[in-house]
Amino acid sequence: MSVTQYAYYPGCSGMGSSIEYDISTRALCKSLGVELLDIPDWNCCGSTPAHASDHLLSASLVARNLAIAESMDVAGIITPCPSCLKNLKTTSLRMQRKAFHDKVESIVERPVRADLPIKSVLQTVLEHCEPEAIASHVSRPLKGLKVVPYYGCIMNRPPDVMTFDDPENPTSLDRLMTALGAEVLPFPHKVDCCGASLGLVRRDLVTTLSGRILDTAAALGAHAIVAACPMCQMNLDMRQSQINRANHTRHHMPVFYYTQLAGLALGQSESCLCMDKLCVNPADTLRLVDCPAAEERTR
Amino acid sequence: MPTKTVPDRNDGNFLQEVQQASEQNLTRCYQCGNCTAGCPLSFAYDIPVNKLMRMLQAGEKHAVLSSRAIWLCASCETCTTRCPNEIDVARIMDVLRHMARREGLVAEAPVRHLWDAFLTSVEKHGRVFEVGMMANFVKRTGRFWTDADLAPVALGKGKLGLRPHCIEHQDEVQRIFARFREQA
Amino acid sequence: MNIGVFVCHCGSNIAGTVDTEQVAQAARSFPEVAFATDTMYACSEPGQAGIIDAIREYGLDGVVVASCTPRMHEATFRKTIGRAGLNTYLFEMANIREHVSWIGKDKEANTNKAIDLVQIAVEKLRRNTALFSSEFEINKRVMVIGGGVAGIQAALDCADGGLEVVLVERESTIGGKMAKLDKTFPTVDCSSCILGPRMVDIAQHPNITLHAMAEVESVDGFVGNFDVKVRKKATYVDWEACTGCGQCMEKCPSRKAEDRFNEHVGTTTAINIPFPQAIPKKAVIDPGACIMLTKGKCGACAKLCPTQAIRFEQEDTVVQEQVGAIIAATGYDLFDFTLYGEYGGGRYPDVVTSMQYERMLSASGPTGGHLVRPSDGKEPKDIVFIQCVGSRDHSVNRPYCSGFCCMYTAKQTILTKDHIPDSQSYVFYMDIRSPGKLYDEFTRRAMEEYGAKYIRGRVSTIQPRNGRYVVKGADTLMGSPVEIEADLVVLAVGAEASRGAGALAEKLRISYDGYGFFMEGHPKLKPVETNTAGVYLAGSCQGPKDIPSSVAQGSAAASKVQALFSRDKLASDPQVSSVALQRCVGCAKCASTCPFGAIEMTEFRGMPKASVVETVCQGCGVCAVTCPQGAIQLQHFTDNQILAEVNALCPY
Repeated sequence: MSVTQYAYYPGCSGMGSSIEYDISTRALCKSLGVELLDIPDWNCCGSTPAHASDHLLSASLVARNLAIAESMDVAGIITPCPSCLKNLKTTSLRMQRKAFHDKVESIVERPVRADLPIKSVLQTVLEHCEPEAIASHVSRPLKGLKVVPYYGCIMNRPPDVMTFDDPENPTSLDRLMTALGAEVLPFPHKVDCCGASLGLVRRDLVTTLSGRILDTAAALGAHAIVAACPMCQMNLDMRQSQINRANHTRHHMPVFYYTQLAGLALGQSESCLCMDKLCVNPADTLRLVDCPAAEERTR
Repeated sequence: MPTKTVPDRNDGNFLQEVQQASEQNLTRCYQCGNCTAGCPLSFAYDIPVNKLMRMLQAGEKHAVLSSRAIWLCASCETCTTRCPNEIDVARIMDVLRHMARREGLVAEAPVRHLWDAFLTSVEKHGRVFEVGMMANFVKRTGRFWTDADLAPVALGKGKLGLRPHCIEHQDEVQRIFARFREQA
Repeated sequence: MNIGVFVCHCGSNIAGTVDTEQVAQAARSFPEVAFATDTMYACSEPGQAGIIDAIREYGLDGVVVASCTPRMHEATFRKTIGRAGLNTYLFEMANIREHVSWIGKDKEANTNKAIDLVQIAVEKLRRNTALFSSEFEINKRVMVIGGGVAGIQAALDCADGGLEVVLVERESTIGGKMAKLDKTFPTVDCSSCILGPRMVDIAQHPNITLHAMAEVESVDGFVGNFDVKVRKKATYVDWEACTGCGQCMEKCPSRKAEDRFNEHVGTTTAINIPFPQAIPKKAVIDPGACIMLTKGKCGACAKLCPTQAIRFEQEDTVVQEQVGAIIAATGYDLFDFTLYGEYGGGRYPDVVTSMQYERMLSASGPTGGHLVRPSDGKEPKDIVFIQCVGSRDHSVNRPYCSGFCCMYTAKQTILTKDHIPDSQSYVFYMDIRSPGKLYDEFTRRAMEEYGAKYIRGRVSTIQPRNGRYVVKGADTLMGSPVEIEADLVVLAVGAEASRGAGALAEKLRISYDGYGFFMEGHPKLKPVETNTAGVYLAGSCQGPKDIPSSVAQGSAAASKVQALFSRDKLASDPQVSSVALQRCVGCAKCASTCPFGAIEMTEFRGMPKASVVETVCQGCGVCAVTCPQGAIQLQHFTDNQILAEVNALCPY
């Protein structure tokens, strides 16, 4: 596999609430020959609070990172977080308009070209390495594991900005998980909203929306949900206890980052992949991977 | 329900302002309701999205900007993705929040406080410091019970640092905020 | 030359923003202008009488009318001056309406521009010469392309009127979309019962030659004398011998062939007659599915055929047809709903198109007229209809209304209730469009008598749940989202231009719009004509249409052909190229560039020279710009005439 260098934008949650996503992302990229160079002294993209407050502020926070990345010798900017990704891509797109470009530059006080390709880690990994090629590196196939892929609402949408995969029925995670040996169940809520950051102010909204996702995953017989977004993962995993309380359910549904499961299949250790950081204990589910018959026994 | 006299209810510039700020053509909306049908938060809205679009066309500035719906929108982009008239509805919702702030018409104050707490943290450290942001949010709203049940879990898992990850050049980010305020 | 200039007010259309009196006054100072005046409506009877009077009174021998576009009234005014005894080509129009008054508000600027345009016309007219038409014979045969209900109507009307008709159909049977329908709105009468007899008439009419499984390959010639090559695709069956008995289908072991007639609800045999009433009722082998043609062994049909009609070695043939007029009736295709990922994009077996549903309703269809879910064969109870799938949707480049979906959906809810009395139909609609005779009453009946529940709003997505489908829509009149759990979802797919319409339009040299629908000659006044003489339109190839409108257009196109053929000879347009022999060097560049093959190379005193076949020349002018010597000139648009116009506009 050839090595390609990318400017890596971890996003703030990767330093805290989704630290396992950051660590497992770095491990996966390393094993597949995608070299990550952290954008030095990167700052927060502003996330939803910025674009919901002002588009110029949002773009300016993003643009500082674009400018720093543009001084690096890289093929593009990649990030694991869909929310960061949408902000980075939206800003880069809007900065193609000169008037807006000039305004942003005057606030950032740096020249910004806004011409580097910006992609998710998921897209980069799959473009770098076809799922079939990844399959040939699998040392611990995820045989016996039934998963539902959950992309979240903005990994592929709006399609004009994200330009990756299908906005209604994305299949990149499906293909990756299938290549790793897992059984991927057809999931109708692939791109449905989990409630995002409303959990802090209106928990009822998140327990309703994320509850629906857990209900369907369980009804389909999934052993786990595979996520690609820190916000979704947090709502489904850390808030699963709140959801169960609010909806009178008893879900025990591990919610993995796809990078964790990929790492596992490629032979990385569970501790390196920070499986212990997940709130819903995945130990029973992970035992299925080694011994699919275990499922029968546990029932 | 009071009868509305058409020319009176109309703040003629409002539609223009929204169209300009969002770069969208709202006259294209023919009220099919796809946005409302697909919106995951319709169940929580005081005004459904398609009705907000109609009220925009009619120029009902006050009613639109003081709605709770614009603050409960999660920016999930479903409306934008599926609008048959290619209107970027999510971007319009953003613009309405911007305008509501300027007009002092924020109907869901906690949402605004959360976002302000987030941005304050970014301004201070260059990145968001989750524990600090939460403390600030609680201070602003008095909602000390917010996710109190999750704090021990998150701390136990080492997911919440007690110290901020400050960037080296915090001053650059602070200057971005300062210049932005000057321009606004 | 004594030139007269007439400046039209067109009511206030022109006079509102052009000082017509000042234009007339300025015209009086132009060379050779003997008379100039402004007039209220030049095209009106008194307006034309004024022109004739002035010609007589002032001895005019050339006329300029400054008014609207020549496409509107050039023919009118040519006739006017013809009546006064002038040659009709000693006439020019200055378009001061579309090119001036309708597009500018500044009266002074408009007036100046109008004066310039009149001056250009005068300078051109000073160099015009009298031109004379010649006559040519017409071939009174007509070709109808497309054997749907519009083409059938056009063909029968022409044939009944005594014309010889050649009907070309792409599929193996005529009948088009109407043959696939179970019932028709608003009468709910059986579609094949009313269409079937017409199809039989086509087969039996002594004046009609039918080429099925055939497509137009090329079109040469011109009005009155078209020369059309028709490719007859290999059917691998000798249709002279085939009796349509259908024994071959019973024994064909390949049952995975595409069933286009049944809209891919299931598959069919490789050798096939699409439906019992097919015309011609002849078998056709699908070469992609036939085991003999793909693997070289089988031949079950050949062994069984009582008339030994199977011909595995058959190849395409091309026949040539000479006709004097062509009617395009190529119909429409259905929108490809798989573009809607939110409706499953084809992944959900129980989400079907309205035409698939129609086949399921039909007693001769793949389910024998039983409404069942494709996934499990069970009878559906809750059926959701979604309208405007691929209509009124900018995001899939189909902003237009397909016109008939509201009506067929209402019909399908009525038929559903007839088939399954304890079923419930739900219809998501945006607006109900039913402006035909007894149409709105029909949609009301669906709601009032058959209990269809209409919900005003679009559907955002369809999600499978426990073997059923959650349809997430909105009720915009209630102002709330709505969810319905359905057993079956029917998508009312819109109409789009027929596959290959653009390519055919180019062969016919007619225009088509951005969606591929053919352009009529005038949106109101020439609905079945095109801008190419001798080529007419009928039915949905011009835009989505229901059955009555398609039939009306079929008859209208036929009557246009009858009118054309009522004369024995046609006058040729004298605006054709002609060669100045002394300047022609015989390089033959013109002959090689002429798109119509209208230039022949001849010999004159031992030298090669170009010669124009006047009846073939279409007056496009390509030869004139190609000729290095300026020896070939387009009459009425000579270099000298055009340069005079340019000089009038740019004197310095």
